[in-house]
Amino acid sequence: MRSLALIGAVLALLAAVPAVVTSNVVLNFLVFALLIAVVGQGWNILGGYGGQYSFGHAVFFGTGAYVTAILQARYGVNAWLGLCAGIAGGALVGAGIGVLGFRAGIKGPYFALLTLAFAEVFRIISSVSPITGAGVGTLLKLDLRPEAFQFQSRVPFYWIAVGFVGVSLFIAHAIENSRFGAYLMAVRENEDAARALGVDATRVKLAAMTLSGAMTAAAGCLYVQYFLFVDAGIAYGPWISIEALLAPIVGGVGTVLGPLLGAVVVRAFGEATKLVTGDAPGLDLVIYGVVLVAVVAFAPRGIAGLLSRWMSAPPVERQRG
Amino acid sequence: MAEALLRVEHVSKHFGGLLAVNDASFVAEKGGITAVIGPNGAGKTTLFSIISGFQRPSAGRVIYEDADITFHAPHKLARLGIARTFQIVQPFAGLTVRENIAVGAHLSCRSRRGALDVADEVARAVDLHPQVDRLAATLTVAGRKRLELARALALAPRVLLLDEVLAGLNPSEVRDMIPVIRSVADRGVTIVMIEHVMQAVMQLAERIYVLSEGRIIAAGTPNEIGGDARVVEAYLGRGAARRMTDRAPRD
Repeated sequence: MRSLALIGAVLALLAAVPAVVTSNVVLNFLVFALLIAVVGQGWNILGGYGGQYSFGHAVFFGTGAYVTAILQARYGVNAWLGLCAGIAGGALVGAGIGVLGFRAGIKGPYFALLTLAFAEVFRIISSVSPITGAGVGTLLKLDLRPEAFQFQSRVPFYWIAVGFVGVSLFIAHAIENSRFGAYLMAVRENEDAARALGVDATRVKLAAMTLSGAMTAAAGCLYVQYFLFVDAGIAYGPWISIEALLAPIVGGVGTVLGPLLGAVVVRAFGEATKLVTGDAPGLDLVIYGVVLVAVVAFAPRGIAGLLSRWMSAPPVERQRG
Repeated sequence: MAEALLRVEHVSKHFGGLLAVNDASFVAEKGGITAVIGPNGAGKTTLFSIISGFQRPSAGRVIYEDADITFHAPHKLARLGIARTFQIVQPFAGLTVRENIAVGAHLSCRSRRGALDVADEVARAVDLHPQVDRLAATLTVAGRKRLELARALALAPRVLLLDEVLAGLNPSEVRDMIPVIRSVADRGVTIVMIEHVMQAVMQLAERIYVLSEGRIIAAGTPNEIGGDARVVEAYLGRGAARRMTDRAPRD
């Protein structure tokens, strides 16, 4: 109950921001951070709770983005329907890669490489095939009506992003307090022991990957609606795979609020480096690397881990639901 | 004679040229404690892995309640009522003791609260309740062995395969553990145990099978096994066996 109240408080706080802040720069920053928070939560479900580290979550993000964009730009489908289709597309790709990988018993670093390979293959295909607009990308027509999922001001979109973050937080919370979550964490900790206790490990991982794919794709759809443009590098490029894993790792893997915390911090770092280095290409990645090393070395459970360590006195005991 | 709940029929397993289990057969009677003993490398754990579905036998079959379960996956066997522990303990290190046990309890209980309640109950039954909120990683060896047992018990199994739950414990810990195993059997759970600690086997088991170099070389009650020259030979070598039989008339 306490954690639900905490989630509610965080969401209320986020929702109240536009009442205080009117700066478009800040809202832009926050919308982007919230998108990354949804992507990070998607990664967290599979990687944080399930222990299956993916290096290629771009494959879901990009699928969500492209499905939404192509349906609108080429087939005139309504944007909201496009959003639903994009989420379904992400789930489908997740299930597909999951069936191939988990059925074959691919684990650990091999799973990471498998996802990385899929993301790259999708990127290359989308950069040459006509339906995605190849090298030019896909541009959405400006149509500032709520029915078209476009808005005059940034505030409604900001609230929608908060809404998506809220859904992702509640899903993570529900997972933590369910049998599915218990099974998922059991698989993360020790797959053989889990199987001996009646857990169908393959199915549990598959379900996690499908859900993870859907959630990450939802962020991809939002991205496209916000920026009205997508190309192969944005959709399937390694940048989003990196953000996807960096946010939860910095914020705290396998925690409900970790991805959100991490997304805000990582984005703030990203923007700060851009200010300091003046867009020197690749330098933000170097900074990310340093942050990652520091987190893994000094705070293996991320910011959320540090916070809960400060708040609860005995370090061995863990707070419960 | 009681009804057989689990039968292993002519099971063999080879890894390349190595024959780990060679035409082994045994029967576990309903409600009884059956022990499989044997020297290191005799193939005991391989035999257990085959019964619990983690490995496929090269030949032979495993029958549970008249159904062939030879190629069933481990999670399916758990759902049928066959639970196992691991010789090398496999705790969910990052979860608390309660959460560890709850994974087993979830088999028959969907709700999280219900499973955690069952976990508390099981923890009490194996004397782990003072540690339920600790991370499994912080338990002692004895604690981890109990946790293995507790998780398997949380499945409410009909057959419990114990793979050396007493190994690595000191004599007083072994003494504490024996009544726990006894009480599980008293509740009607059929137990098959692999064990090195002979004192415990002699106290607990009703029927003992001796595995040596992959073969069942002897079977019988604890008394029969203790006096069997083939068993002494398998454990201590031929010379020791001869000396014991030489000395036997004088005893």
